[in-house]
Amino acid sequence: MSTAVSSTKTHVSTQINAENVEFLCEPRQSLLEALRDVLFLTGTKEGCNNGNCGACSVIMNGRLVNSCVVMAAEAEGAEITTIEGIATNGHLHPLQTSFLENAALQCGICTPGFIVAAKALLDRNPNPSEDEIRLWLAGNLCRCTGYDKIIRAVQDVAGGPNGE
Amino acid sequence: MKAIDYASPRTLAEAVALLAEGNGQARVLAGGTDVIVQVREGMRDLDLLVDVKNIPEVNELSYDSEQGLVLGAAVPCCQVCEDPEVSAAYPGIIDAASLVGGTAIQNRASLGGNLCNGSPAADTIPPLIVHHAICRIMGPGGQRELPVEQFCAGPGRTVLEPGEILVSFHIPAPSSTFGAHYLRFIPRNEMDIAVVGTGSSVLLDDAGTTFVSGRVALGAVAPTPLLVEEASQLLSGSPVNDETIKRVAAAARRAARPISDIRGTVEQRKHLSAVLTRRTLKKAIARAKGDSA
Repeated sequence: MSTAVSSTKTHVSTQINAENVEFLCEPRQSLLEALRDVLFLTGTKEGCNNGNCGACSVIMNGRLVNSCVVMAAEAEGAEITTIEGIATNGHLHPLQTSFLENAALQCGICTPGFIVAAKALLDRNPNPSEDEIRLWLAGNLCRCTGYDKIIRAVQDVAGGPNGE
Repeated sequence: MKAIDYASPRTLAEAVALLAEGNGQARVLAGGTDVIVQVREGMRDLDLLVDVKNIPEVNELSYDSEQGLVLGAAVPCCQVCEDPEVSAAYPGIIDAASLVGGTAIQNRASLGGNLCNGSPAADTIPPLIVHHAICRIMGPGGQRELPVEQFCAGPGRTVLEPGEILVSFHIPAPSSTFGAHYLRFIPRNEMDIAVVGTGSSVLLDDAGTTFVSGRVALGAVAPTPLLVEEASQLLSGSPVNDETIKRVAAAARRAARPISDIRGTVEQRKHLSAVLTRRTLKKAIARAKGDSA
């Protein structure tokens, strides 16, 4: 990424992980850049930076999105959940526990995106079939696991209490 | 990404003014799944993104069984697919809207953006064409309307003039003997760009034995999505049988003028044009006869 700086900064009021947040960003910055470089929420990862890999998945206004193809200024008035907002009060979300227990990660770069994407699925459909899980997560790429362990980790939580 | 400005107007007039002032260096931002990447990767040189998601007309989604569908250009695919009335009335459009990218892409990407991006392989354009969708366009000179098949000018290019914005699609209400279907060929199960995409629609007579009219549109076989004019001529008044379908499929093959590239060869694409035309016509006929699948 180039480091060109716009002459003016944009003020954004938003809600991130249930807290009101205000920040200044350059108009050219993506939501991913604002999360990582302005707000230092570095749990959201940059993978492909072009909407293919899902490493930068966040939930925006109840919808799973790739934060690399959302402009930071679009966060104005939005409600955003990042990987930092998945655990509550220091307790891992059941999905996070399940990923650990199922060894559903190796290098870990894709893991925050998978967990956020899986959370978005279970919020919408608490008991998805294996096909539904695989289709939902098809926009999240993992080059280590071969996916089966990830699918099993989500299946283990699906139909359960989901910790909500 | 290069320095670029962002604006979020509340009215069409403001958006048109911003785009007109931009003199070709300003572009609409809807779902952003194409345009943000294109700016970042230097494929489009822009100074300003005009976010239209706060403009009511561009986000309208309304269906009336007589007036048909008004589909705002920025309405994301997910919203179209989740609407029970739209899904029931236009399964041929849902076929395409439900397979554009993965979950996160469908949550942002719109049919209007798919059209304005101008890709010859865009999945949603052939079904819009076979549904006789009309584009409503607003510009500095006022409003105009244009059939979808006349919108694309070449790969990545459209007929929009500086300052013009695609506001919405207007799609006629389907009659009870209308059916449509979209299929694409990709070498994987999901998440790929069409080697060939084909939309077909048919209107049958009440007995279901004669085509009153029909349309076939092809994607990824020409510089723009293609309405196969000869298919419409062949279908009109012909009996609903395998012989007619075979002749229309041959016409689709003749109309295809693809290139060979990383996704497929000329010969493969011409072959697929015929195969997908046959398959989509059969499904369109079944839907026209009341098969809801």
